[in-house]
Amino acid sequence: MIDNTTMDSAEIKGGQAVQSGFSGAAIAKWAGIWLGFILISLALPKIFDSRFAMSMFNQMGIAIVFALSFNMLLGQGGLLSFGHAVFYGMGGFGAIHVLCMVNDGELRIYTELLPLAGGIFAAILGFILGFISTRRAAIPFALITMGIGELLLASSLLLPSFFGGEEGIAGDRWTEITLLPFKYGKSIEVYYLILIWMFLSVAAMYLLTKTPLGQMANAVRDNHQRAQFIGYDPHKVRTFQFTLAAFFAGIAGGLFAINYEMVTAENLGMLPSTDILMMTVIGGITYFFGPILGAIFITFLQLVVSNVTHAWMLYFGIMFIIMIMWAPDGLAGLIMRHQPIWRAKRMTKILPSYLAALVPGLVMFAGVIVLVEIMFHISLSIDPESPLSIMGVSFRAQAFMPWAVGILLLGVGGYLFKLAARRVNQAWKTVLAEIKQEGV
Amino acid sequence: MATAALKLDNVKKNFGDSQIITGLDLEVLQGERHAIIGPNGAGKSTMFHLISGLYEVSSGKIALNGRNITNMAPHKINRLGLARSFQITNIFPNMTVFQNVRCALLWTKGYKYSIWHLCDRLKKVNAQAHEILERIKLSSMANEKAAVLSYADQRALEIGITIACGADIIMLDEPTAGMSNQETTQAVALIKSVTEGKTLLIVEHDMGVVFDLADRISVLVYGKIIATGTPDEVRCDPKVQEAYLGKEAVECSA
Ligand SMILES: Nc1ncnc2c1ncn2[C@@H]1O[C@H](COP(=O)(O)OP(=O)(O)OP(=O)(O)O)[C@@H](O)[C@H]1O
Ligand SMILES: [Mg+2]
Repeated sequence: MIDNTTMDSAEIKGGQAVQSGFSGAAIAKWAGIWLGFILISLALPKIFDSRFAMSMFNQMGIAIVFALSFNMLLGQGGLLSFGHAVFYGMGGFGAIHVLCMVNDGELRIYTELLPLAGGIFAAILGFILGFISTRRAAIPFALITMGIGELLLASSLLLPSFFGGEEGIAGDRWTEITLLPFKYGKSIEVYYLILIWMFLSVAAMYLLTKTPLGQMANAVRDNHQRAQFIGYDPHKVRTFQFTLAAFFAGIAGGLFAINYEMVTAENLGMLPSTDILMMTVIGGITYFFGPILGAIFITFLQLVVSNVTHAWMLYFGIMFIIMIMWAPDGLAGLIMRHQPIWRAKRMTKILPSYLAALVPGLVMFAGVIVLVEIMFHISLSIDPESPLSIMGVSFRAQAFMPWAVGILLLGVGGYLFKLAARRVNQAWKTVLAEIKQEGV
Repeated sequence: MATAALKLDNVKKNFGDSQIITGLDLEVLQGERHAIIGPNGAGKSTMFHLISGLYEVSSGKIALNGRNITNMAPHKINRLGLARSFQITNIFPNMTVFQNVRCALLWTKGYKYSIWHLCDRLKKVNAQAHEILERIKLSSMANEKAAVLSYADQRALEIGITIACGADIIMLDEPTAGMSNQETTQAVALIKSVTEGKTLLIVEHDMGVVFDLADRISVLVYGKIIATGTPDEVRCDPKVQEAYLGKEAVECSA
């Protein structure tokens, strides 16, 4: 069956394979991308070795696996789940219970394999819950997944021996039973373990998009009715796809358990479920790599921005809305939209208009920041009368001037941005027309 | 006598209070090309939906090669060797044209829900998908999203998906609707060649196409088949002339 001499490799697009020649250039391109990805991952902890950075990288790695698994449902299967964290959390619990047994000397399992234990546990659960919830897609599915998440969160109080009540379950990852010459005392060792699992999972999830099941998940997403008339049971396709998504979410949960040595019922609740939804959507669901971008970008924002301001959820929300309205294909979509222009070597024709839009964009953004921070300070800080400081400038939030400045920045910036956006549009039209004319 | 490829036995269908199919009896013989004609709203598409399992029958029995398939799930009926197309284009819009056809090959080639095969490496399947694209003249569009195809191309893809299933009974619901004369001629040639050695059940409004293609014709009016026979027999049937073909219809030699 397997023969790669005549048939083609493919590009990632919407988690689907697009036929293209099985050329040396295509292979080189893919090898290059993967190699670059690996090298960057290995270099990162050498360049940024602070505690903060290491903890951030670990979270990013976990989020990448989790977000990609979510996109197996949303992007590839057309299934909008509001309860995907159930499998993340349950994978975490599965792994931490195994770890506890190892700690107690009841089991001998390599620490490295704990995420697999989490994945298998989550997959079993995923098969059962997937069978129940995927009979129909769309709204019934979304509501059922939401219900299951809430149900499990509520039942966590009833099963303290499994969920550990409010404190959760803790384990000790320093077990001496390891495959690699690591003790997992240092966070860099955990980083490497996360890295290995991340690469295995990313590669596996990528290849899965190209299997018969992966292709049929796309088909069922597009048109579940027609899928029946080519011999497939949409319910089964969805159930299997759901099970696999649960498996990888469980692996992410297992990595979480190793990273934090602690899992609580909150890990499977509504909050992480919506978090991963937003990450994935912001990254972009129509391209395989979209969720990777989303996971990296949002984890970064969550950690860095939340250090700087209490209003970070608000900024996050604003960004999510802007993305949904103007860039529904997410960051990946924004990037891939430039592909034809990039190929035609015309990027220089639109970059100036971007720069011209960047300045008023930043001004407008500064206006938003000033206003949001003032309001937050007045209504939520312990002492509203204390001076507020934004980027080194201190002032009284109740004064008139800061408000005026904020509104002025927002108004002027917004107006200029609108003009600049028109120019961007114009530049795009011109370039696309040029490309079309020359047939590049 | 060989068992009929398809046999409908007093099949009825109600939507709420209105009975749309009032009692269908039909036998489609092995290997014949059988056309269904009838006025708009007669229930031709509904009959297709009942046979292929999309709708449940209200009463009656449907048999495929002698096997009872009444109210079976569509995918199971498909696996027994019955493939159908739709009157309103029904494709996978966000997948490529090539992928549309290839997906239709996966089950019949035995890949089921496999996660152990990479589709791009299934040499035979890919070759066959390309061959079908060649036949439906969409090779040049292979890597385009199906959604961007023109109407006529989508109709061709609709047929491509249907024939890819490798079924021995093929049902086409107005495959040439909305096509130009030239496109229709091509489509008819295509239908002839792909149904060679198979059983074809086709709904068609274009009488030229019907008389050209069909071995036998059944006339469906108000949810009932009022006549079945060879093109000549049907043409000369007074009931048919009255109900459907119109008074001035055709001269009959009989
Ligand atoms: N799901 C449904 N619910 C209610 N009525 C329906 C449904 N499907 C079809 N009908 C009705 O059944 C009748 C027959 O429809 P059908 O589509 O089978 O006709 P047709 O013979 O295929 O016509 P056409 O030549 O226009 O394609 C129509 O009056 C239609 O309104
Ligand atoms: Mg019809």
